[in-house]
Formats: sequence, structure tokens, C-alpha cells
Amino acid sequence: MNIIVCIKQVPDAKDVRLDPKTNTMAREGVESIMNPFDRHALEEAVRLKEQHGGTVTVVSMGPPQAETVLREAVACGADAAVLVSDRAFAGADTWATTYTLGKAIMKNGPFDLIVCGKQAIDGDTAQVGPGLAKRLDIPYVSYVRKITGFERGVLSLQRLMDDGYDEVEIPLPGLLTVVKEINEPRVPSLKGKMKAKSLSIKTLNAEDIGADPDSIGLPGSTTQVVKVFSPEFKGQRAMLHGTVDEQVEQLVHKLEPYL
Amino acid sequence: MDYFLTEEQQMIVDIARQIADDKIIPVRAELDEKEEFATEILNDIAQADLFGLYIPEEYGGYGGGCFEIVLALEQFGRGCVAIATSFAASALGAYPILLSGSEEMKQKYMPDVASGKKKAAFALTEANAGSDASGIQTTAVPDGDEWVLNGTKQWITNAGEAQIYSVVAITDRSKGARGASMFVVEDTDPGFSCGPKEKKMGIRASATCELIFKNCRIPKDRLIGREGMGFITVMKTLDLSRPGIAILGVGLGQAALDEAVTYAKQRVQFGKPIISFQAIQHMLADMAMEVEASRALVYAAAKHIAAHPKDMSKASSMCKVFATDMAMKVTTNAVQVLGGYGYMREYPVEKMMRDAKILQIYEGTNQIQRNVIGQELNKEYTKKI
Repeated sequence: MNIIVCIKQVPDAKDVRLDPKTNTMAREGVESIMNPFDRHALEEAVRLKEQHGGTVTVVSMGPPQAETVLREAVACGADAAVLVSDRAFAGADTWATTYTLGKAIMKNGPFDLIVCGKQAIDGDTAQVGPGLAKRLDIPYVSYVRKITGFERGVLSLQRLMDDGYDEVEIPLPGLLTVVKEINEPRVPSLKGKMKAKSLSIKTLNAEDIGADPDSIGLPGSTTQVVKVFSPEFKGQRAMLHGTVDEQVEQLVHKLEPYL
Repeated sequence: MDYFLTEEQQMIVDIARQIADDKIIPVRAELDEKEEFATEILNDIAQADLFGLYIPEEYGGYGGGCFEIVLALEQFGRGCVAIATSFAASALGAYPILLSGSEEMKQKYMPDVASGKKKAAFALTEANAGSDASGIQTTAVPDGDEWVLNGTKQWITNAGEAQIYSVVAITDRSKGARGASMFVVEDTDPGFSCGPKEKKMGIRASATCELIFKNCRIPKDRLIGREGMGFITVMKTLDLSRPGIAILGVGLGQAALDEAVTYAKQRVQFGKPIISFQAIQHMLADMAMEVEASRALVYAAAKHIAAHPKDMSKASSMCKVFATDMAMKVTTNAVQVLGGYGYMREYPVEKMMRDAKILQIYEGTNQIQRNVIGQELNKEYTKKI
């Protein structure tokens, strides 16, 4: 099974600050990490490879520094890494990102499965996985919490829902987005780290993937961020007094209008 | 302090540190409380390729030496000495085979030890034979194509969890120390069994049991090296392994220092964080000096030993005594800095203090180590004078 895992370099959530003037995320001086959900996607792909054979290729669209997370992914079991990088990709929203990733993945060669984290912890849209499936015209299942079987080109899955889970099957080639419940990611191995150190990372730019200049980066993005703000806390507090019975009565009285 | 590690040595540290931080520290208190063996964490260590650090590449290992395993053990010791002990004990069980075993024996056992698929254990101690190894009662008698073992080993680390046991038994009592031999016993051999788990003061997540040999029959080729080489192999093994115990003291001391400093910065008494009081500062300063001095000595000894010199024993014993006595002192002082909180199981330092004690006892008590150092000094100066 040849698997592609999409990974994103994100600011460490332990250290997120908003620039009070511009209302944008302060990225300078903030340590970058592999998006935590992508770590679970990678682990699941590596486990599938260990069980069924094949290869795992990690793909990241980002600035040259994203090479760090690609090497980390190789240390944790990926076989190859592709960096999709070009100044022209800057400012891409999820629409332009899925276009770019789709082009890059097609350029890279045939695959059986794409695994993504359910969302990135910076943008939190959860749109790139499903959007990418649409671009590539393949089926997808999001919020996968368990892979239960693989037979005759069909994966059996459990999809996490608010009130339990669905049993779902998906024919390959297809795409999954995974939740953190799916596995416990491994730490890098010594052999993996040594491989990661020497591995040459394939880099694809806009021209390499044959991208239409109007569909990538800021020009290709349909999203406009009109305003970013921290929600104000508007909660109100009321103290109830008296005996327990009296307090219960007051509470019921207060809740009645909302019933 | 920067010890100028190579890039690959730094990789080993980074991986072991991540295992300690992400896998060991979150569960150490629970495993200690339940006295549960850390199977999953040892699997994580195996997956990270660290079980083969000291095993030559031709047997599936990384091909490192004493210093590389010391770097990994320092981080594991910082996380939990019980789990680190389980890891180290597998190396202790494998060294006799690596040092004195035949090529076939190494080919048979080392790849599985290197991958972590199988764990090893070392069986020397008995009820009447600890510091004085000549009191060994376990015997091995040849019978046709087999050896027949009888006897009981005591306090064997990894007993019941390991698949490969390096066992010392007497093959010729009339020859004294030269009458001891070493054998590989597998967990599935007939007549071999493990006793119930011992209840310990510390390192409670490690497995310690008796090994019982009752007409235990093993093939002839399980003899490690030659008959009568047992004690030589034991001594060489312990020379190699002691820096591993020493560095557990360093890792543990560092962990206790980290807890003590962090607490002292937060704890406010008389309107100030207690780290601003000289009484506390001086305690912390002493702890920091002693941890760093121990680290420097253990690193130096491990590098010396990795070069396979003839005079390993003194360096090996010196670092073991110095760093483990330090660990006892520093963990005790960490409890003192945390005061009443330190004495409670809610905080990690009481476990550290309990765990520290074994380091002064196992793999040769610190009194025996001082004997070794003294004897080596005597020899050295006899040559010089």
C-alpha cells in the first residue's frame, strides 16, 4: 500500500500569542512543531505499511523551514519526503492549498491512500483533507478513530461521532482524516534519525507541479479575513442565598424562562 | 555543561529524552504504586532501536559502546530508575554472551536482544552468595549431551520477563572460583521456573524474583565460553555494566535537583520564594555541583572503558560509588527542600529517594566497590615502587 501523509508545520500551541495591533498570530520567535493531528496520521500510515507493505511519503506545503518536520516524519518511519514550496504559494487559504497539494500529489506519482490529521491546530478549519479528496476526485472519510480491516482494496473504519461511532468502508484510492484517539504516536528511532539526517528531500515549486498562477497563493484564495478578534467574556454571575431548599427554588425560578 | 557529544550521540540523547518525557514520566507514579512492569515502555524503547546500542552491527545492533548506553540510561534514570533498571538488566544479561560466548551463540541470541524482541537477565546472586560470590550453591553437572542445573538464584532483575538468562553455576567445587561456569538458560527450558515477585522498597516497577532450577536440562552448547571461566566473565561483565548503574544515579540526581529547584522557586514562606533563602540556596548549590561532578566522572569512566583497556575495574568502581552515593544524598536533600510535600507520594521526590537506595546496593555494594578500588590502588603502587 503506497501511502501519502500530508503534514503541516504549525506554531507550538503552548506558545501562541496574538499581535494586539494586527490581530494576527505572532509567528516570530515561536517554536514550530509538526501539527499534532498529523503525527497521528503519520503513525497510522506507518502501521499500515508495517502490516501490509508499501511505502509512506510525507508531503508538506510550506516555506523551506518545513523541511524540519519532514525530516522528523522520516525519523518516525516515513520513507520519502516531498516539500511543496514556492513564494507564489504564500497566503493560500484552504481552497488554494488543496489545489496546490492536489497538483503536487498527482505530480509525485500513483498512490493508494492519503492520510491527513483531522485539522491543523493553527487554522482549525478541518477543510484541507476533504477538500484535497474532492480535488483528486477520490472518496474520503473524516474523523477516523480506528482502522478495523483491509480486504480486496477496501478499508473498514470507525468514524468518531458525537454520540458514538459509525462503521464505514472506503474503496481505495481514498483519503482519511484521523482523530487523536486512533493511536499513540511513536518516538523517532535511531535508524530513522540517521536516515532522516542524510535523506535528500524532493522539492516541488509552482512550475514543477504545473500550477495555474491564478489558482495558487493569495490570488487563488477566495477567503478574506475581514476581522480577527478575541471574544469578550460576557458571562454573568449570580450568588444564591438562603437554605438549600430556598436556593433550589430561586434557581428553578431563574431557569424557568429558558425551558 | 556541554560535553561536546557527536551528532549521533546527541541523537541518542534526544530520543531517550523524548521517551523519558513523553512515555515514562507521565506513568511512573502509577506503575510504582501498582508494582507493574513497564512492558509498553520497553516496547517503545525497542521500537526506537535503543536495545541494540551496545551490540555490534553484525548482530543487529548499533555498534556503540559503554558511553552510548550510558547516554540513554541517563535519560531513562531521570525518568524512572525502575524502568531504566529493566532496560539495563537486559544488557547485563547479554554481556556474558557478547564477552565470552561462541560465534554461534552470539548469532543465536544477540539479534533478538538488539531488537528488544527478547529480554535478557543476569543470574549470579543466591541466598548465601552476594558480595562473596564463592558461596554459590547452584550446580551444573554434565549428563550425556546436556547439562543438568540445580539450585536457586535470588533477587534476579527481569526474572519472569526475560527469555534469556545468563546463569552462574558451579561445575567443579574443588577448584573454588575457577570451578564456576556460565550458562544460557531459556525461559522455556524444562525444570526452570520463577518464584513470586519480591516486594521492594523502591524500583517497584521492575521485576525481581527467584529463579528455580530443578533438574533443569539444557543442551551442551549453552555453556558460555569454557568450563571454569564463569568468574572471569562475571567480573568483565560487571566492569562493563557498572557505569550504567552509576549514570542512573546521575539521571536520578538530576531529576531530584530539577524538582527541588522548581519547587523552591514556587514555594513562598515569610513572603518570599524559599529559593531566596541562603539555607536553601546552599543546599541546591551543593546538589548541582555533586550531580555535575558525578556526570563528568561517569562520562570519563565510560569513555575509558569503551576503549577496552586492561585496567577497567578501578574506573568502573569509582564512578559507581561516587555517583550512587551522590544520588542517595541528593534525593534525600530534595525531599528535605520540599519538606512535608516532599514526603508525600503526591510529589515525585519520595519515590526518587526510595529508588536511590538500591543503586548503592545492587551490581556490587558500594562497600565492595571500595574494596576493588583499594585493591587496584595497592596493585598499581606495587608496580610503581
